[in-house]
Amino acid sequence: MANMVEKRAVIGVLIEDESGALARVVGLFSGRGYNIESLTVASIDPEARLSRITIVTTGTADVIEQIKAQLARLVPVHRVRDLGADGPCVARELAMVKVVSTGETRTEGLRIADAFRARVVDTTSGSFVFELTGTADKVDAFVDLMRPLGLAELSRTGVAAMARGPGVL
Amino acid sequence: MDATPQMTDAAYDAKPTRTLNGAEVVMRVLSELGCEVVFGYPGGAVLPIYDALFQQSAVRHILVRHEQAAVHAAEAYARSTGKVGVVLVTSGPGATNAVTGLLDALMDSIPLVCLSGQVPTHLIGNDAFQEADTTGITRPVTKHNYLVKRAEDLAPVLREAFEIARSGRPGPVLVDLPKDITVGPAPLNPEGKRRERAHPPRLDPEREAIRAAVRAMKAARRPLLYTGGGVINSGPQASTALRQLADMTGFPVTSTLMGLGAYPTTDRQFLGMLGMHGSYEANLATHGCDVLVALGARFDDRVTGRTNAFSPHSFKIHADIDPAQINKIIHVDVPVLGDVGRTIEAMIAEWRDIPDEAPNLDAWWRQIEAWRAIDSFGFRQDTAPSAIIRPQHAVRRLYEIVRESGRDAFVSTEVGQHQMWAAQHFQFDKPNRWLTSGGLGTMGYGLPAAVGAQVANPDALVIDIAGEASTLMNIQELGTIAQYRLPVKLFILNNRYMGMVRQWQELLHGSRYSQSYSEALPDFVRLAEAFQGKGLRATHVGELDAVIREMLAHDGPVVADICVAQDENCYPMIPSGAAHNEMLLGPEQQAQAASVTQAGMALV
Repeated sequence: MANMVEKRAVIGVLIEDESGALARVVGLFSGRGYNIESLTVASIDPEARLSRITIVTTGTADVIEQIKAQLARLVPVHRVRDLGADGPCVARELAMVKVVSTGETRTEGLRIADAFRARVVDTTSGSFVFELTGTADKVDAFVDLMRPLGLAELSRTGVAAMARGPGVL
Repeated sequence: MDATPQMTDAAYDAKPTRTLNGAEVVMRVLSELGCEVVFGYPGGAVLPIYDALFQQSAVRHILVRHEQAAVHAAEAYARSTGKVGVVLVTSGPGATNAVTGLLDALMDSIPLVCLSGQVPTHLIGNDAFQEADTTGITRPVTKHNYLVKRAEDLAPVLREAFEIARSGRPGPVLVDLPKDITVGPAPLNPEGKRRERAHPPRLDPEREAIRAAVRAMKAARRPLLYTGGGVINSGPQASTALRQLADMTGFPVTSTLMGLGAYPTTDRQFLGMLGMHGSYEANLATHGCDVLVALGARFDDRVTGRTNAFSPHSFKIHADIDPAQINKIIHVDVPVLGDVGRTIEAMIAEWRDIPDEAPNLDAWWRQIEAWRAIDSFGFRQDTAPSAIIRPQHAVRRLYEIVRESGRDAFVSTEVGQHQMWAAQHFQFDKPNRWLTSGGLGTMGYGLPAAVGAQVANPDALVIDIAGEASTLMNIQELGTIAQYRLPVKLFILNNRYMGMVRQWQELLHGSRYSQSYSEALPDFVRLAEAFQGKGLRATHVGELDAVIREMLAHDGPVVADICVAQDENCYPMIPSGAAHNEMLLGPEQQAQAASVTQAGMALV
């Protein structure tokens, strides 16, 4: 059955900045058994006290519809949109990757970082911190390559996303 | 000696000439919003509010004996009047005791505002005495909640809380009030505009959706109206419109447990409740219909049975005010978003406008009458005076004697077999008269609900049709009933078992009655007397009518202990995981329950 196929969805939510607002969203997902692959949040309009949440989730088409409807029901939520509903969206995340190594592996790490256009934001004689921006897949690939080269610590922001074209959330 | 200055009503309504404290603002806003009664229980964190309450007379307070009961009482007050119920509890345990009631109101879409005390803002997070993270605990059990941290937010938040509670799909809203906010000064009408809440619910249905719905209804040969609690919540005009729609279309009507009374249950077009313990004709009509019109109902699992076998051949129309209910459980062909009362009115107008002949439903009605002839709510009552009382007979006689009396009756219930027998055998011709915990299934709901209904309707007859196990969960409310001399009738179908638990153990767990026997019951007659009420008992059929008549004739509280057959099971029944056309009609088919699948066993 076609509607039983799980798909990934990126959902943008405009929500009032108020205490507990994020907890409402997170509680909704855990309470109703929806997945969260990634969730990012930050204030985007301090004047209007609005924050934007980007949630990457998976579910059948029905579940995605339910997630949107349940989010829209929350009182502080202003707008909800499946950012990929009308075609692909641009989705990016930022990662910081600390690699501790010396000698040949250190040079190899630097070379791969260059190929991925990762920036070196901190360096010592025995370590690098790379900053990388891109799709989640690109970050995954970079991390996998760094693993044998002394990957020591990883921090990812989760996905920020926007629909392509002139339409807004 | 100076007397305590008691504010007169006129002085109270006038503009305040001095700065008010937060507690006084609370009381003034409650009165401004039309709140007449608060159900509550005092404690340290709400002492300032109780002090302000003491010094005014616009809002009356009903002192319950447990905070859970305050919420159920406020729920019944709301359900029987259409107003917002108001609850006042203290911090910590006061608020946590209210949680069950709040979830009950959320599940059944009851408009409530619960004010809870909180430790002063500077102590929040310090594990202070009677501190609880009340907004954290109640977030998933309320429609919305607030922690008021600034005095200027107090009045606007209270006004907004009422608006949220009663608008759209109604529900409970909690406002947590730290003690420094209620003690300190607070503005009644603070400067500056508050932001508008984002989404006012859509009330008027889309024209196109109504057209598509009515077109399908006109072409139907086997239609069915499936009505729910939304019709009651929409207000009395929705019930009036429903009657008109049923009348002009000739469609049969079934109802959920929550919707009973929206359509007169005594009417020929009414097929009885549908679902797990619904009537044979209602369930087979649901299974066999070609157009199903769901009005303010949410396809609850008690209604649908196995979802992939639910009404398999019908074109489905679903009218609801909450977009999240559309396609949540059952896929529908035409969703209609809006207030269900306005939706029904629009359907009536559209039905008149479409020139097509109304469908001929004779064959459908002949089929329904054949199902109805099975008499699925039937039971065998030995009429010998010494015979044991069947619980169904007790409810039926109660209804018949109440009807003879001509009194306006409100019926609350607890949860279990007695609740289903009450739904099957008590008849409701008006909305807002049936007060039962549907979604959450809260044992202990009925007695405090009767308190709330009686406070709201002091001259009406209010009866809690109860089971002996459930009612013991909030039996302390006999104290509230005594204090306010509420003439509530507690009608206990006493089978000395948690009957529904026993029934499921019999059907699904090899009659191993694990912990379901009501051991060491109190003497309910003497219990009534201990709480200054009248206690009555019927142990066999010959005594039943006289006990009911004496109960109704007494103008104070009564506990009637009706000792009924202990082994009676509630039929008909759709076993877990079964479809509507696989109903068990009575004990003779009980063996079939043994074939309930493993998947069905896991369902509740």
